[in-house]
Amino acid sequence: MSMLKITDLEVYYGVIQAIKGISFEVKEGEVIALIGANGAGKTTILHTVTGLIAPKAGKIEFEGTDITKTPAHKIVSMGMAHVPEGRRVFAQLSVYENLKLGAYTRSDKTEIEETLEMVYKRFPRLKERRNQAAGTLSGGEQQMLAMGRALMSHPKIILMDEPSMGLSPIFVNEIFDIIKEVSAGGTTVLLVEQNAKKALGIADRAYVLETGNIVLTGEAKALMNDESIKKAYLGE
Amino acid sequence: MSFLSYLINGISLGSVYAIIALGYTMVYGIAKMLNFAHGDVIMIGSFVVFITTSATGMNPLLAVLLSVVVCTILGMVIERLAYKPLRGASPLAVLITAIGVSYFLQNIALLLFGANPKSFTSVVKIPALNLAGGKLIISGETIVTIVTCIVIMIVLTMFMKTKPGQAMLAVSEDKGAAQLMGVNVNKTISLTFAIGSGLAAIAGVLLCSAYPSLTPYTGSMPGIKAFVAAVFGGIGSIPGALLGGVILGVIEILSKAYISSQLSDAIVFGVLIIVLLVKPTGILGKKINEKV
Repeated sequence: MSMLKITDLEVYYGVIQAIKGISFEVKEGEVIALIGANGAGKTTILHTVTGLIAPKAGKIEFEGTDITKTPAHKIVSMGMAHVPEGRRVFAQLSVYENLKLGAYTRSDKTEIEETLEMVYKRFPRLKERRNQAAGTLSGGEQQMLAMGRALMSHPKIILMDEPSMGLSPIFVNEIFDIIKEVSAGGTTVLLVEQNAKKALGIADRAYVLETGNIVLTGEAKALMNDESIKKAYLGE
Repeated sequence: MSFLSYLINGISLGSVYAIIALGYTMVYGIAKMLNFAHGDVIMIGSFVVFITTSATGMNPLLAVLLSVVVCTILGMVIERLAYKPLRGASPLAVLITAIGVSYFLQNIALLLFGANPKSFTSVVKIPALNLAGGKLIISGETIVTIVTCIVIMIVLTMFMKTKPGQAMLAVSEDKGAAQLMGVNVNKTISLTFAIGSGLAAIAGVLLCSAYPSLTPYTGSMPGIKAFVAAVFGGIGSIPGALLGGVILGVIEILSKAYISSQLSDAIVFGVLIIVLLVKPTGILGKKINEKV
């Protein structure tokens, strides 16, 4: 069953059309990668899906429910979490307070505690620094916090926007290992990445975006061997 | 001894400024707008107390409570009707609207209560404190004002650790990211106006108890000075509002006592100009360094 289904989506910034009628779907349990260069519209798609931007046309369905017009703050409790580009952790709040805000829509205290323990187990560094202001963490740690914060809502699907951006190679590997773990734990993943090689390495399927259009789609492994992809995105 | 007495009066006046400044600073932090009608909410709150106590003989404490309720609702209504439709509009449009709301409230009060100053009966019934053999007298109003300010600061600090408080801090840092957590930004802004306006009612009562003349323009000057205090302390910062308010009150009273009572306001605003020249973010204002 398709968990997230996007049909003929069009998004404008003023008069400029950023997304030119794209359709794609994410099935339960999949890891889907959206790859493409800067300005291809990857972030815009994620923002539209989670309700931060309103589309001009098209339909977004989540588990069969039309969420095209659902406000952003109501989407989290439906089971969709979004790790935004640039982390966007709450810099002046502590690591612990950031994580608690991730569980903002949940009310069962014991369940929240359980998830918190699970997040701390997956990111021991966050536990060590739980009382530190999030703004004082390194870029990689902030990325972990942003992911941990999203997991605190106990999502069915997690949308990740450029999780490897600006990180050292060691952190990049760590982040991708964590994405694999999250997926293995049963959470569906929609991943937006400029690091096409890494993204295709862990994805089941991928969509290639160019200036607001999907130009190519297929199994991640097949795309990795596609000559045009190799040339344009894999630097080979 | 007289210096000490001036200092205490300054802290007391500054406490009132601080309570008003909280409303400015919280609304600025969360909605990123200057609510220039805030001072006039103070005046409306004071009129509520004046009318209920003098006309119906209501218990002063009950009247204050009623005034808090009225101002809380008024603040939320102002936000809903005047500012919410402008969300996403240019900051200048919002600012001009706020000035418009300010004049609207003043003129409504003028229409309802007339321009003649009303003499406000202090709601504080506790006796003055006689210290140092009668050389240092601290009035009941002063004691109540300072204690109220301290209590408000403690309660507000505790509130910021609660779930709605954390939501407020999240919205003030990053509206979009807060929405992704499931925080309803509109409700949070409304709550901020409610708290700020409720505090304005308390400030109004304290102010009018110490300076018992009430007109439709009573709120405007303290409102502007509290705004100065908020900027002075670092707009958006709650401890900054406290610090800015108290420093401003002390400067005002001391310059009235030792320099000139005509010049005191000029000195207060002069200090603001100097602070802004030296440290544009205010004393405790944070310069946001974004890590990319």
